[in-house]
Amino acid sequence: MDFSIALILVQDGIVNGAIYALLALSLVLVFTVTRVVFIPQGEFVAYGALTYAGLQAGQVPGSVGLLCVLGAAAFLASLWAERHQLGAGRVARLAAGTLLLPAAIAGLAWLVVPHHPGVVVSALLALLIVTPVAPYLYRVAFRPIAHASVLVLLIVAVGVHLALTGLGLVFFGPEGSRADGFTDAIFDFGTVSVAGQSLWVVGLAAALMAGLSLFFGRTLTGKALRATAVNRVGARLVGIGIERSGEIAFILAGAVGALSGVLIVSLTTIYYDTGFLIGLKGFTAAIVGGLASYPVAALAAIGVGVLESFASFWASAFKEVIVFTAIIPVLLWFSLRHHGVEDEE
Amino acid sequence: MSRRLSRPLWALATVAACLLVPWLPFLPPYWITLGNYVGIAAIVAIGLVVLTGEAGITSFGQASFVGFGAYATAILTTRWDISPWLTLPASLAAAAVAALALGAVTLRLSGHYLAVCTIAWSTSLFYVFGNLEIFGHNDGITAIPPLVLGPWRLVDTQSYFSVVWLGVALAAWLTSNLLASRSGRAIRALHGGAVAAASFGVDTMHARMLAFVHAAVLAGFAGWLYAHFQRAVNPTPFGINASIEYLLMAVVGGAAHIPGALLGALLVGVVNDELQDLLPRLLGAPGNFETIVFGALLIGVLQVSPDGLWPHVRRLLSHLPGGLARPAQAEPSATAEPLPRREMPPADSPVLTVRGLWRRFGGLVAVGDLGFSVRAAEIVGLIGPNGAGKTTTFNLLTGVDRPTSGEVEFLGHPIAGRPAPAVARLGVARTFQHVRLVRTMSVLENVALGAHLRGHAGPLAGMLRLDRTEEARLFAEAWRQLERVGLAGQALRPATALPLGQQRIMEIARALALDPVLLLLDEPAAGLRAGEKATLAALLRRLREEGVSILLVEHDMEFVMGLTDTLVVMDFGVKIAEGTPAAVRHNQAVIEAYLGAPDDEADAPAGAA
Repeated sequence: MDFSIALILVQDGIVNGAIYALLALSLVLVFTVTRVVFIPQGEFVAYGALTYAGLQAGQVPGSVGLLCVLGAAAFLASLWAERHQLGAGRVARLAAGTLLLPAAIAGLAWLVVPHHPGVVVSALLALLIVTPVAPYLYRVAFRPIAHASVLVLLIVAVGVHLALTGLGLVFFGPEGSRADGFTDAIFDFGTVSVAGQSLWVVGLAAALMAGLSLFFGRTLTGKALRATAVNRVGARLVGIGIERSGEIAFILAGAVGALSGVLIVSLTTIYYDTGFLIGLKGFTAAIVGGLASYPVAALAAIGVGVLESFASFWASAFKEVIVFTAIIPVLLWFSLRHHGVEDEE
Repeated sequence: MSRRLSRPLWALATVAACLLVPWLPFLPPYWITLGNYVGIAAIVAIGLVVLTGEAGITSFGQASFVGFGAYATAILTTRWDISPWLTLPASLAAAAVAALALGAVTLRLSGHYLAVCTIAWSTSLFYVFGNLEIFGHNDGITAIPPLVLGPWRLVDTQSYFSVVWLGVALAAWLTSNLLASRSGRAIRALHGGAVAAASFGVDTMHARMLAFVHAAVLAGFAGWLYAHFQRAVNPTPFGINASIEYLLMAVVGGAAHIPGALLGALLVGVVNDELQDLLPRLLGAPGNFETIVFGALLIGVLQVSPDGLWPHVRRLLSHLPGGLARPAQAEPSATAEPLPRREMPPADSPVLTVRGLWRRFGGLVAVGDLGFSVRAAEIVGLIGPNGAGKTTTFNLLTGVDRPTSGEVEFLGHPIAGRPAPAVARLGVARTFQHVRLVRTMSVLENVALGAHLRGHAGPLAGMLRLDRTEEARLFAEAWRQLERVGLAGQALRPATALPLGQQRIMEIARALALDPVLLLLDEPAAGLRAGEKATLAALLRRLREEGVSILLVEHDMEFVMGLTDTLVVMDFGVKIAEGTPAAVRHNQAVIEAYLGAPDDEADAPAGAA
């Protein structure tokens, strides 16, 4: 391997790593706010990718149907959860958020698709279609047992992953998709050439991270989310609604997942079940960050991306093995650092 | 007890059922085959009862161990023509070795880290199976020889049914024996919190590893059965989705119950089979749509009935005659030889000496330069306002927490910084300020846990019921201690059914079952009525007469003043007084700590607990 190949591999690694970093951040966010280890994060990547690819191909993507189905499920789940305190106004607001909103988005997709929307419109529409799925899932699967142990929430998250994979097959079919990137420009820097799409990916990822850090640092909602993450009871005492925080965390997770999908579908073919492995790589990074630190998780994600791209060059069949085994030394270090007896939650 | 079958009869009935059921004339072979798959899965799910239901470890990697078992026998039988009966130990060993290696690296991790980690390594192993020459790449290994028993080749689905379900019965029998044994109690104690378990000498890492390896070996056994039934293996059934399905079975059936594992395996197996036909027809396309239903099922069960379906079924069954089994050790054994007692140190000799003990949490000094001693057959009270550092001191003395610096000497052994089980082994037993009992155990079993270190039987002896004599002695000791504290009448009730005050008394019985030289009691009188307090005081005096030394934290001053020989008073982590109760009562510093200094009367009444 010469230097130029190494440079290409590093570049590939950083691009993929940027996407893993987004996923890792979103996982840390959801975990700290809701204690849910969000295994289905990867499904949002696949949904976002396939929705965007569908729009680009001039079809109304299957996820529109999925959105409507889950919206209806969320409506019923919310009615049941709040059955003792329902008024007409509340029901109307619930219906607007879970029935009308998906219908409106579906209508919008219907109107836009025949006009062959450009990449940006398609990307935005894909985000609009996929993102609400996450808060709907929160209402259906997680809110009713928000106080269960982390492990129970994790098993439920695995259940959601299982269901979403199956639903993905129903609504998208078994074929894989690939779509055009935002640009096909190639920039030459001496011996290295950089694809414009790579710059888009890294740039958008960086912008999103910066945006999230502003959101958490400067806005009241962001601060409320941080407060919930630090101390749930305390946050409640000062009037921060845990459920509201949970819902916002899920909305962000859905949007981040969908955007990651839109970005990655120009780099590789995405199938309905590809998301799991991608999400798991985000996990590897999030775990290195202790499921708590954003910057460490982001750096680790870049590391995972670079490791993956070198692994696929040297031993492509063992790419996944190498990436997922890399987590073990980190965990070993965790466990050796850990002394004494502690009770688990 | 005429309406209950005795053990050998049960065994005979089970064997007969396994041999005869597949030949029932009205059962189509298709059902028998389904029954074989259900049985194989049930063995994996029984392993999860120990691992997830009892030890509280969630694994998304059980299918990998099934894979180790299946590939081990596939490789050995096809490459070297070794008889499948001889490869059975190899399959079990392959799973066990894999579990030991993975467990050594990951079992120290706490709950969800460990669970996510199992996803990572099981995904990784799936690709290893699919990409290595020795595992036959993604095509796997075919032409695996069938099991042969004398003149019979067990190739038909009916004969194999008998093999599989005898295997299920064996797995269930061994596992329920294990859970009822000394090693099993150690595993179940993890559920009540690692701190309490460790304080009674349970090596928690060892107990977790035992559960992990047991579950893996059962999975390996299932893999061996699978390989010789299917006669071919490939990586697909050993992937993450299969692992999730095994967990689903355990959760749906009820992860804490062996019959629940069978129920879960049956339900998931049958539903899976039905849906694999129905859904693609309904949706007009081929595919694994059943995952939608499984996902929804997992979510639904955990929301509606987190303990699974078995507890409900059992409640229904308990209305039938002869429904509920009699608990083991239902009465004290009259013949069990008492356990050997520890020799108590001579009266007045030093038992516990604490010198210059510090514990800092960041900038906060929880315990600062603490020093005191407890002599043999002495009751020492450790008192002080809330937040004075009393419980922290207890944790430092018992190895639950490590001191920042300082010396603790117990009967001449330095114990500062030693792990909790090592301290317990020397003869230090304790109770907790917030009761820590194992919720899934009876009062009697909780107390028997205290005698953990006085038994020696290992997991194998427990599984094969070779530990009966020792078990009888341990339980006889538990009964004795319960009688001593006046709880014998409650022995067979679930520990959680006792009122809080009695739970504290039960903790004292548990501590006594360790045969302690030094007893540390954290607020033993809290929640007791006046009469109960008097009984408790009498018990502690009797223990003192027997030579036991006692260190107790207590807020009830009347109780403390009447009982203790020496008082140590702490405030803000520092010792402010030491002496006889009478002397301490008039100590100016103590009065100020409790009531405030005379010159700041504004906030005086606070803290007079």
